[in-house]
Amino acid sequence: MDTDTREYNFAQLMVAAAAREIQNGEIIFVGMRLPLLGFLLAKSLHAPDAVGIYELGIVRDRVAPVPILTMGDLPNLYQAAWLADTADAMSLLQQGRVDVSFLGGAQVDRFGNLNTTLIGDWNGSISSLPGSGGACDLASLAQRHILVMAHEERRFVERVDYITSPGYGDGPGWRQRVGLPRGGPSTVITTLGIFHFDPVDCQMVLTSVHPGVTVKMVQDHTGWPLKIANPVQITPPPTLSELDMLAQFDPKGFWTGGPAR
Amino acid sequence: MPESKLYPLSKAVAKWIPDGASVVSCTALETCIPFAAGHEIIRQKKKDLTLIGPISDILFDQLVGAECVKMIQAAWVGNVITGLGYNYQKAVENRRIVVEHHSNFTISLALKAASMGVPFLPTRTGLGSDLFHFNPGLKTVTCPFTGHTLAAVAAITPDVALIHVQRADAMGNAHLWGSLGITREACLASRIVILTAEEIVQTEIILTDPNRVIFPGFLVTAVCHAPWGAYPSPVPGYYNRDHDYFLEYQQSSKSPENFHKWLLRHVMKVSDREKFMEQIVGNSKMADLTIKKPSFTEPVNYGY
Repeated sequence: MDTDTREYNFAQLMVAAAAREIQNGEIIFVGMRLPLLGFLLAKSLHAPDAVGIYELGIVRDRVAPVPILTMGDLPNLYQAAWLADTADAMSLLQQGRVDVSFLGGAQVDRFGNLNTTLIGDWNGSISSLPGSGGACDLASLAQRHILVMAHEERRFVERVDYITSPGYGDGPGWRQRVGLPRGGPSTVITTLGIFHFDPVDCQMVLTSVHPGVTVKMVQDHTGWPLKIANPVQITPPPTLSELDMLAQFDPKGFWTGGPAR
Repeated sequence: MPESKLYPLSKAVAKWIPDGASVVSCTALETCIPFAAGHEIIRQKKKDLTLIGPISDILFDQLVGAECVKMIQAAWVGNVITGLGYNYQKAVENRRIVVEHHSNFTISLALKAASMGVPFLPTRTGLGSDLFHFNPGLKTVTCPFTGHTLAAVAAITPDVALIHVQRADAMGNAHLWGSLGITREACLASRIVILTAEEIVQTEIILTDPNRVIFPGFLVTAVCHAPWGAYPSPVPGYYNRDHDYFLEYQQSSKSPENFHKWLLRHVMKVSDREKFMEQIVGNSKMADLTIKKPSFTEPVNYGY
């Protein structure tokens, strides 16, 4: 891996970090937005045999021939390995055949429960969000899932207002108790750092801060007392080859544009 | 010879989508969204509809903004590449519409249950989520064989499925290709199926490839010729997605005043889809979006 660095922004760093979570040969359920690019990046660099499944009913084992903004763009259907029903894609997930799924969210809590439905008091004043889409299914049924989201105090809360996509619920044993067959969040990638989950108490643990970010900054933007790994790593910045590849997939910077950090 | 089911879109909408109807649409999630039919519903000022769908893109947001909707049973309502659907957001926050929360899998299963003629289907998705608190059609049950907890998804039988396809004959035999989303179960579950089609073709063309037919023609009530009927969403083999339109819609739907202007210009003041494409979209945009790199299948042999 090359070690030279170039200017980059948080979106590029997050996509690169997401891509590195994908092992070669894994079956990936690809979510909307940044995960779309994370899959393409992994597939083009270290995970050429990864297979992507999309909730529209698409399976791809080749990278789309030209850049796409969303999974329903026609280049993402061109030479797909399988075009089928949403229920077919979801059934692969339900069987346990999907190694990892990716999702984004508006609000997350210490147990990795994700909310993309509504903020506020159910019976009082609420802010409405678009809802689950496939996110609830991806979080319920994959072997593991990865969250990619902006890190702000209003988003990192003690307890989410609504569980759209189940994490570890209220702690150890919850997923088994409610009947979920497997899985749970393995990693949270944010604009400030990377988190994993303590296997014993199922709480989010800060394991890596992005270059230039301090542990205190992460804590200041988090609504509960963070568990912090010792030592905390520094997230490796995106490499030149990762940045070059991203520029090919997102040439206009629609998803990964913005000023350098 | 069976009777032709060909109708002008305005007639089909007037005849089979009464106020208060439940309508499943946007079933392919991102492709083949029936915008022409949706805009005709708005022009005819339909009221109190129940909209059923997976991720629904901006058509549901437009129907909500035009005050055609009283209830939504869907997994997601917004703008795929920008996020929020502002009309939907306001209507939910002001409690003007009732929403039953689904995921893409549970809405598929609800329709599949109806399509199979059973009252519910079991699944392992969504357990522990709050979808169960906002959807009377989701309950937990105990598996009679293993004793495990499962989710039960109640069947949904829509009054009408509104589906855009590439080509159909006058009898309702149709070809649809690409990613299919929940289209198959939506059509099989619904009492009435209305197709809008890019092209109306001879029956013999449909019969050359029966695997491309995803539901039988006898289930179809009406066929409407609607070229560019899914614009700005993409239709495999016909045209690409117009991303700019989705970005512009985000801006023009932010405030009720701007949305009202948008609604007048893009829907109420155009008589039909042909005029919409001619006056609002224009030839150069249409040329931009056409398929530049065709990719045909190798023929398959259905002979005997």
